[in-house]
Amino acid sequence: MLALQNIHKTFEARPVLTDVSLTVPKGATHALIGSSGSGKTTLLRITLGMIPFDKGYVKINDQALLSFSPVEWADRIGYVPQDGGLFPHLTGYHNVSLIAKLRGWSKSRIAARVEELRGLVELGEDILVRFPHEMSGGQQQRVAIMRAEMMDPAVMLLDEPMAALDPLIRRTLQQELKSIFQRLGKTVLLVTHDLGEAVFLADQITLLHEGRVVQSGTYAELLHHPADAFVTSFINAQRMLPDAAAVA
Amino acid sequence: MIRPLLLGFVLSGSLPVAAQAADKIVVGSKAFTEGFVLGEIAAQTIEAGSRVPVERKLGMGSTGILFEALKSGAIDVYADYTGTLSEAMLKRPDLKSIDDIQHALLNLDLVISAPLGFNDTYALAVKESFAEKHALHSISDLARVAADIKAAFSYEFMDRKDGYPRMAEAYGLHLAPQRVNRMEHSLAFQAIDDGAVDLIDVNSTDAKIEKSNLRVLKDDRRFFPVYQAVWVARKAFAERHPREWRSLLALEGSINEQAMINMNAQADIQKMSYAKIASQYLGSEAPRSQSWQSGILLRTREHLWLVGVSLLFSVLVGIPLGLAAVRFHAAGQGILITSALIQTVPSLALLCFLIPVFGVGTKPALAALCLYSLLPVVLNTFTGVRSIDPRHLENARAFGLKRSQILFRIVLPLASPTVLAGIKTATIVSIGTATLAALVGAGGYGAPIVSGLSLNDVPTILTGAIPAALMALVAYGVFEVLGLALIPAGIRKRS
Repeated sequence: MLALQNIHKTFEARPVLTDVSLTVPKGATHALIGSSGSGKTTLLRITLGMIPFDKGYVKINDQALLSFSPVEWADRIGYVPQDGGLFPHLTGYHNVSLIAKLRGWSKSRIAARVEELRGLVELGEDILVRFPHEMSGGQQQRVAIMRAEMMDPAVMLLDEPMAALDPLIRRTLQQELKSIFQRLGKTVLLVTHDLGEAVFLADQITLLHEGRVVQSGTYAELLHHPADAFVTSFINAQRMLPDAAAVA
Repeated sequence: MIRPLLLGFVLSGSLPVAAQAADKIVVGSKAFTEGFVLGEIAAQTIEAGSRVPVERKLGMGSTGILFEALKSGAIDVYADYTGTLSEAMLKRPDLKSIDDIQHALLNLDLVISAPLGFNDTYALAVKESFAEKHALHSISDLARVAADIKAAFSYEFMDRKDGYPRMAEAYGLHLAPQRVNRMEHSLAFQAIDDGAVDLIDVNSTDAKIEKSNLRVLKDDRRFFPVYQAVWVARKAFAERHPREWRSLLALEGSINEQAMINMNAQADIQKMSYAKIASQYLGSEAPRSQSWQSGILLRTREHLWLVGVSLLFSVLVGIPLGLAAVRFHAAGQGILITSALIQTVPSLALLCFLIPVFGVGTKPALAALCLYSLLPVVLNTFTGVRSIDPRHLENARAFGLKRSQILFRIVLPLASPTVLAGIKTATIVSIGTATLAALVGAGGYGAPIVSGLSLNDVPTILTGAIPAALMALVAYGVFEVLGLALIPAGIRKRS
């Protein structure tokens, strides 16, 4: 379980996050959605333990972030950066195994774990010897998920996992991602600006606006019982195409 | 060994002890034909009557470098001229007699011999045909053709108190400034031979005057002081090695003007080795000259040493400085500007500044090369690290990598193409610049270049220039291979 409780963060006396709370139950997928400037990136960095915050708690399975060393915390959160964020100078295999290697894992233990994860994300054997620029977008993403899962973290955090991909590939990848999540059975927090992606992948959605939680709930709840007018306008703005009747 | 010690001292930056500690006698010389010949004569004279090993540091740049070298104890003895000592070194043109000069030098703990027997004064010369055409006999006659005469003067002559500016003043001579070129002395003969210039400065004992068919113009207003050749030595040397110093004093009054011109001609025109000329003059057996292969081998070793140490320094110091420049903004600008400023100091000037601190020989050359090779490494490290996509660093932090792990696993590999390119530039520049090290007696490929330049002897120059170029080519190839080994394959082709 991942819990963010009453997080406050000001930056140069300007509030960036005000009393933000959200909880992702064990095994669930939760989408944090908002337009740019909503504070979702700041919340993500706080969850990763990379920046301090003023008030509140970040907890994984009821253990607070601040009770861990940065390394211990990093191993409890599997992080998939924007567009995978693979290191360009390392092969797929070395991207996946880098952290385990630095933690002193044996070669055979690393190899076994990589093999296990490769099965889980259904990646071809020959892909891992390639460098990121020799992989397709989907392959890069699966390698990035393997890297995030390497230390078997309690929570997985994905930041705009498909921002740079074209819409057709995106749809296929979203389906793959969903089945990977199901197979892994992980607690997942997904940060995105794309409502469609959030609805497709997540059980629950939290809409962030100007550093506050506007509404948390299922898509149906947001759609049918919007907390305020912003929720409705956010949803409407993301319905891309007009109805057939409107353009006839 | 001396070399590892030297490395330690270069890296630690501690002050050196003067080179006198080891029991040897170091003979220096100026970097023109007569200097080489006299240096060789001094070396062989000492060797003939002494067991103390003699080290030759011949062809050491300008008078200023030699005088500094002597004062700092980096050399023990060399041949200079009374006029030069009083005018350029002591800045006391009023000192005319040997006794006066000796007295002034004693304050600097230096001693001189009586004149060796010839006066090598500055003089102005024109082509015989040009002199005929314009009826030129004396410097005063130049006034008639001053408006359209083209001159090439050596750097020292242009800058010395007893040189061109005062001379022009004394004679009321007004040459058009844009027609007065500064030029390396031995090349001036080439220039006047080719008709590129009409007037050059010469030394009166220069054999090329006759060869180039030049007319020396009479110093009818007696502007130029007398330049009697003398031995100049450290007092400590004369006291420590009285027998050796006496053997040099025995040459007083023994080399007349014609003898000196002949010896210069043997070097400049007949291309005899300095060692052979000196031994012929002294009536002794020439020291066995080394084979050209072992000569090149020795110079290659010296050159590699200069380049290798400065390279090691630039890597060990330059990369951390470049990283510091990225990390600390204000200090970073300071680091970049300082290393750029060092680069703008002309190499000869830098060498000259370093002599009082490091003496002559390998030390100041190494220090200068280290400073020069710093900028490309610092700058490229800075640029390479700055151009890394900041998201990679952020991600590395999110994965829990420690600072040192980020540096060695992410930052340096990603910046490696640029950093390596900087090291490559530093190496190749340093191979070129190291040829100047010969001017302070550090040897290397510069030695034949300097002596070839003084003889205007292209083949001799090439025996230094070609190996230096080859070394640069090899270095280039080595870095290509290093690139394959050090730059991660994933970023090799794309950058």
